[in-house]
Amino acid sequence: MLHIKNLHASIEDNKILKGINLEVRPGEVHAIMGPNGSGKSTLSSVIAGREEYEVTEGSIEFLNEDLLSLSPEERAHAGIFLSFQYPVEIPGVSLTNFIKTSMNETRKAKGLEPYPAKDLLKKMRDCLELLEMDKGFLSRSLNEGFSGGEKKRNEIFQMALLEPKLAILDETDSGLDIDALRIVASGVNKLRSPKKSFVLITHYQRLLNYIEPDYVHVLFNGKIVRSGGKELAHELESKGYDWIKQELAEV
Amino acid sequence: MEILDKITKSDYKYGFTTDIESDKAPNGINEDIIRLISSKKNEPEWMLQWRLEAFAIWQEMKEPEWANVTYKKPDFNAISYYSAPKSKKVLDSLDEVDPELLKTFAKLGISLDEQKRLSGVAIDIVVDSVSVKTTFKAKLAELGIIFCSMTEAIHEHPELVQKYLGRVVPRTDNFYAALNSAVFTDGSFCFIPKGVRCPMELSTYFRINESGTGQFERTLVIADEDSYVSYLEGCTAPMRDENQLHAAVVELFAMDGAEIKYSTVQNWYPGDVNGLGGVFNFVTKRGICERNAKISWTQVETGSAVTWKYPSCILKGENSVGEFYSVAVTNNYQQADTGTKMIHLGKNTKSTIISKGICAGKSNGSYRGLVKIGPRADNARNFSQCDSLLMGDGCGSHTFPYIEIANKSAQVEHEAATSKIGEDQLFYCNQRGIPTEEAIALIVNGYCKDVLSQLPMEFAVEAQKLLAVSLEGSVG
Ligand SMILES: Nc1ncnc2c1ncn2[C@@H]1O[C@H](COP(=O)(O)OP(=O)(O)OP(=O)(O)O)[C@@H](O)[C@H]1O
Ligand SMILES: [Mg+2]
Repeated sequence: MLHIKNLHASIEDNKILKGINLEVRPGEVHAIMGPNGSGKSTLSSVIAGREEYEVTEGSIEFLNEDLLSLSPEERAHAGIFLSFQYPVEIPGVSLTNFIKTSMNETRKAKGLEPYPAKDLLKKMRDCLELLEMDKGFLSRSLNEGFSGGEKKRNEIFQMALLEPKLAILDETDSGLDIDALRIVASGVNKLRSPKKSFVLITHYQRLLNYIEPDYVHVLFNGKIVRSGGKELAHELESKGYDWIKQELAEV
Repeated sequence: MEILDKITKSDYKYGFTTDIESDKAPNGINEDIIRLISSKKNEPEWMLQWRLEAFAIWQEMKEPEWANVTYKKPDFNAISYYSAPKSKKVLDSLDEVDPELLKTFAKLGISLDEQKRLSGVAIDIVVDSVSVKTTFKAKLAELGIIFCSMTEAIHEHPELVQKYLGRVVPRTDNFYAALNSAVFTDGSFCFIPKGVRCPMELSTYFRINESGTGQFERTLVIADEDSYVSYLEGCTAPMRDENQLHAAVVELFAMDGAEIKYSTVQNWYPGDVNGLGGVFNFVTKRGICERNAKISWTQVETGSAVTWKYPSCILKGENSVGEFYSVAVTNNYQQADTGTKMIHLGKNTKSTIISKGICAGKSNGSYRGLVKIGPRADNARNFSQCDSLLMGDGCGSHTFPYIEIANKSAQVEHEAATSKIGEDQLFYCNQRGIPTEEAIALIVNGYCKDVLSQLPMEFAVEAQKLLAVSLEGSVG
């Protein structure tokens, strides 16, 4: 489904990604871990199409299409969803209005009529329930005054509504309390299917107890330096990153 | 900010450029011209005298220079002050109208009939529209409401006109008000009798065809005790005018317990992307509130090359309330210096100012506001919030709040914030499938929500679309 080959990307002439290779097949869950500043968010931004980043080498294919030639919204329409590490606030735009615009633009891109208001409302209610969110959020301005955890939960709420084919969760677990983590994780698990894939960017093994990954990768200094099964996450949790750094230095 | 640049460079798609054969006065201004205007309109002697006095006052005045705008001063002797439309070329169908204009209309969601009317196409269902209008007129008359052109009011209701004209904006008030008083050609007149709630929004739409809006418009709205009226001025459709200089005067009178809601959408030709052409819009708007009265000004300003406009309230009576809600958009080389004055004279008077400036391109937007609390205005309160939103790096926004307080019990609060539409916000929207143009519309409408929500429903929807159109540039 997602096919990243030798991806190099830079911002303002700073090389951040230095040859990433990653393949995600339908139904798989991949976890990406790695120290601060190693390029995890950069990778997710590049996949989502943020224009500030320049791809200098390599390719990304999504569902056999050249992803790099698509605009960010076209990538979203194709089924890519990014749960932001830092979701932005948009004052004066209610969550309902934002979601309505988002869903209907996505439908428009597919040549479909706008969602009937009643169906949309029902869908929103169902997803609120899934994430145990209060319906008061719907009329509040998008993310404005939301707590850190509420913002994260709101990202997963939108993911549930948009039903993407590939969801990238950039540190969605950071800032969530224990109950919220469980709720968000079970939300994600309910959305899992043989056709949907997830990339989880996280610093903590804890999330992976709830959402079991098929693969774990370690991103270090712009490269994936190690890949393995879920036991790799345990190893990192107990040993930290130093042993990897050491091994790399020895090579 | 390349994306922003691309989409904010909107091309103005002009309004009606119908050939109008007109009965035109020679260029220039002098007593003879004023006599000519007055006689063409068959005016009574008192009206002529009033105009001549205004002209004498104007001649002694200088054009103001304090506003934060720069432009080449109009040559007042190169302007023709009277031009009565003789006949308007009527088009047979919308097929004859500039397709670009039709696209703009469609974007704004203006109905087919309205499109025809605005672009000078004969409306097929004439009978219908006439009868609708007659029904409205009959209904208003039944309630004793007078709603007509200023010219008609001068003839039919001279006692009212004489009593109120120039009473809240005196001829000596400022350069443009004096000029308007000397040469105004028409405008609207509205009187709501005691205790009457006007059952519909009064709109200049109704009578635009009868007299046409002019370069020097004069509007007078009088709400007698305990009455209510909501008045709409202008429309969202783009308006092109050959006349570069516009100097309107609007006067509002809210008697004890009365309420006037005055909403404006201004979309005059702003000039091209290089700053050539465009209307100079110098407007004096002021209202006076007696006891327990309320005046609320709401404006959405997107047009004109230069705007100079400060709708104001004199809160004379106890417990009276003044409100000012404004969205002013400037793009390309547009300049706007706009704001309000809230003059608190009575006890327990209250005012609210919400001003939202949006600047794009190379434009310049200024908020200029005065809150004045007189010595007898015990417990007066004001809240002001003046925000600006910048799109790109080429534009500028400025805030000039003036506060004069002569009573210790006053409570005055002022908030101001400047923000930029961030790449972060746009990318977030894009990521959720919302293309950049729609994202800007969404963000801007969110930013203006507090003002747009003051507009009558249908108008608010149109105004939202107008904001998007004036900023996006995808028209055509
Ligand atoms: N505009 C920029 N100019 C220079 N360097 C930048 C710029 N933006 C990001 N970087 C750098 O790129 C590197 C990768 O950042 P990124 O946000 O991808 O890290 P991350 O792996 O997500 O870290 P964290 O775990 O802290 O979220 C960092 O060193 C960051 O400082
Ligand atoms: Mg990160």
